[in-house]
Amino acid sequence: MSVSVPERVRKFVLDNFYVEDPESLLDDTSLVKEGIVDSTGMLEVITFLEDAFHIRVADHETVPANLESVALISDFVQRKLQLRATG
Amino acid sequence: MVGAIRYRGPDEFGLYRDGRAGLVHARLSIIDLATGQQPLSNEDGTLWVIFNGEIFNYVELREELEALGHRFRTRSDTEVIVHAWESWATSAFERFNGQFAIALWDARREELILARDRLGVRPLYLCEHRGRLWFASEVKSIFAAVPGIPRALDPVGLAETFTFWTVVAPQSVFQGVEELPPGHVRVVSARGSEQSCFWRPRYPAGPDEGFRGSLSEAAERVRGALLEAVRLRMLRSDVPVGSYLSGGLDSSIVAALGRQAKGSRFITFSLRFEDAEYDETPFQREVAALIESDHRELLVRREDIAEAFPAVVYHAERPLLRTAPAPLFLLSKLVREAETKVVLTGEGADEMFAGYDLFREARVRRFWGRQPGSKVRPRLLERLYPYLARSPVAQRALAREFFAAGIAEWRAPGFSHFPRWRASGALLRLLRRDVREAARGSDVVGRLLASLPPEHGRWDHLSRDQYLEVRTLLSGYLLSSQGDRMLMAHSVEGRFPFLDPDVVALANALPPSYKLRGLDEKHVLKRAAEGLVPKSVLARTKQPYRAPDAVSFVGRSSPAWVEELLSGGALLRSGIFDPAVVGALWRKCRDHGEGGQFSNTDNMALVGVLSTQILHDAFVAHPPDAGPPPRFTTLVDRIDRGQP
Repeated sequence: MSVSVPERVRKFVLDNFYVEDPESLLDDTSLVKEGIVDSTGMLEVITFLEDAFHIRVADHETVPANLESVALISDFVQRKLQLRATG
Repeated sequence: MVGAIRYRGPDEFGLYRDGRAGLVHARLSIIDLATGQQPLSNEDGTLWVIFNGEIFNYVELREELEALGHRFRTRSDTEVIVHAWESWATSAFERFNGQFAIALWDARREELILARDRLGVRPLYLCEHRGRLWFASEVKSIFAAVPGIPRALDPVGLAETFTFWTVVAPQSVFQGVEELPPGHVRVVSARGSEQSCFWRPRYPAGPDEGFRGSLSEAAERVRGALLEAVRLRMLRSDVPVGSYLSGGLDSSIVAALGRQAKGSRFITFSLRFEDAEYDETPFQREVAALIESDHRELLVRREDIAEAFPAVVYHAERPLLRTAPAPLFLLSKLVREAETKVVLTGEGADEMFAGYDLFREARVRRFWGRQPGSKVRPRLLERLYPYLARSPVAQRALAREFFAAGIAEWRAPGFSHFPRWRASGALLRLLRRDVREAARGSDVVGRLLASLPPEHGRWDHLSRDQYLEVRTLLSGYLLSSQGDRMLMAHSVEGRFPFLDPDVVALANALPPSYKLRGLDEKHVLKRAAEGLVPKSVLARTKQPYRAPDAVSFVGRSSPAWVEELLSGGALLRSGIFDPAVVGALWRKCRDHGEGGQFSNTDNMALVGVLSTQILHDAFVAHPPDAGPPPRFTTLVDRIDRGQP
């Protein structure tokens, strides 16, 4: 059974950033506003996405719409993967 | 031989010799003052040892060895070494929690065993000359004792110094002299010589290896390991132990834990600088007040640095690119005057817990290297170096170019250190052409990278970077030129809790994100230090220890010897540097003057040239002084009595 994209992203955030109560990390929790991931922590998130999913994150894609929450990150990754599959 | 280094052990002198080998020792008495004389033997006098250093777990090892049937005559840690060798041979050394250079002579098998501690706290040099092997704690000891021995600087050693900021063992800066690498043992007999590695740094080869607990658990373990390391080093001594306080996180942790371990006050020692940009006095005093230490301070001015510099180089026995050792030389004198023989210091924390800017830089540069065309990624450099964000556009562009060099090779071994090695490599242009060509031809970077352990490629990036820093700068420069040499110059022993085997093993096993969290350095160490050191110390941005460099040698108070050593005549005599290039450098530095801002390269260049000239004068042009012959309190002479 393979692990889904949202599960992998969630696990990465929980493992690498100090989240006091894992239950409190919802799919739409704002990572930056809640102070879970600061702007330099984004470096690690992007590195993880590139390594784990073999995608490239361009400058213009490093925006809140793509990276702000577990849900948004997962959507972003899935779009990239679909593009790769079809393109 | 030992007269030349009597400052390393002014308390007692001892000698053993037979028809095949000689051991001579200068003792700095710290444990078992009454009966711990050296050389020291096993029960039947067939195995002899001399050593420089401490075996902190000697109490526990002694219990084990007594249970195996060994009989002890003294209370010293030294005696543990002979019996440990008898029972465990080369695997004895990995059981030692300590810092040491050891020479064992097995008179029956006619075998010499030389060993050096894991990280190179204590020095050990070897030199073969006319069929004899000479070994000593310092090169001057060999040069003073052996009249016909050739003395010359090695261009390969100079190439390493100007590239890595240090030589990397076994390479020394002298031709024909080698240094036993840290964590190695060499067994020498008439049949030949064999060298093996009993320990080297290890890191997890994948996420399934290494420490698996949470960050909080890690912080707790770190604190526990450090407390035990400090306890051993604070309490296992028959003379008073003090502590250095730089004002930074690492030495503050050590001093605070020292207070906990000891339960009463002790002396702390700090450096103060006239130049405000180097001074850390307020933080030092805050920690001293917190632990209620008997706090001593030494104010260092540029003139003090210049005046001490020749002695500093004489003790360091290698070219220096920074004057940072000089204040430490002066500080150990203060320690001696305070009748203290031992100090704890914070060395090693930046290597083990990822404290240096270099590690953060490497992380940013790798991130950038994945997308070399990105405009956004290099902006993270401004987070590391805020001055960049405030600089004119041209300077930002130049800095970017500096960091961008080789950026696409972010997976390559050595990537983290390329900017430093490239910048220092520019210093090679100072060398006279033939010396430079010999230096360039030796490909010191290639040689170092070829010697990386085979498992290196399986480590995470941070671990690889840490390994390189441990292998080069920690052993070769910090523990030597800023550590052992400056301390022992005034007969003071340094002890380094961050280099304790359990602390090192734990630190190396931690996930990289616990050490470098995003760009927050030494994260788990800061967590471990909460409640232990003042908040202000925890909140400080990293300030590397430095002293005024080139500026110490220009201006009104510049000593006459500076101009002399940099003169055309002196440069021609030593034959190392190109007089025209050095002449231009010196003119530039003089023009900058006392108020000048020197570039990093010019700082390193001027200090590098001066120190190499001093070194040449003190070791090559003339042999080092052998000093007055010592009076031996221990004398075992088997030559005349014809005993085996």
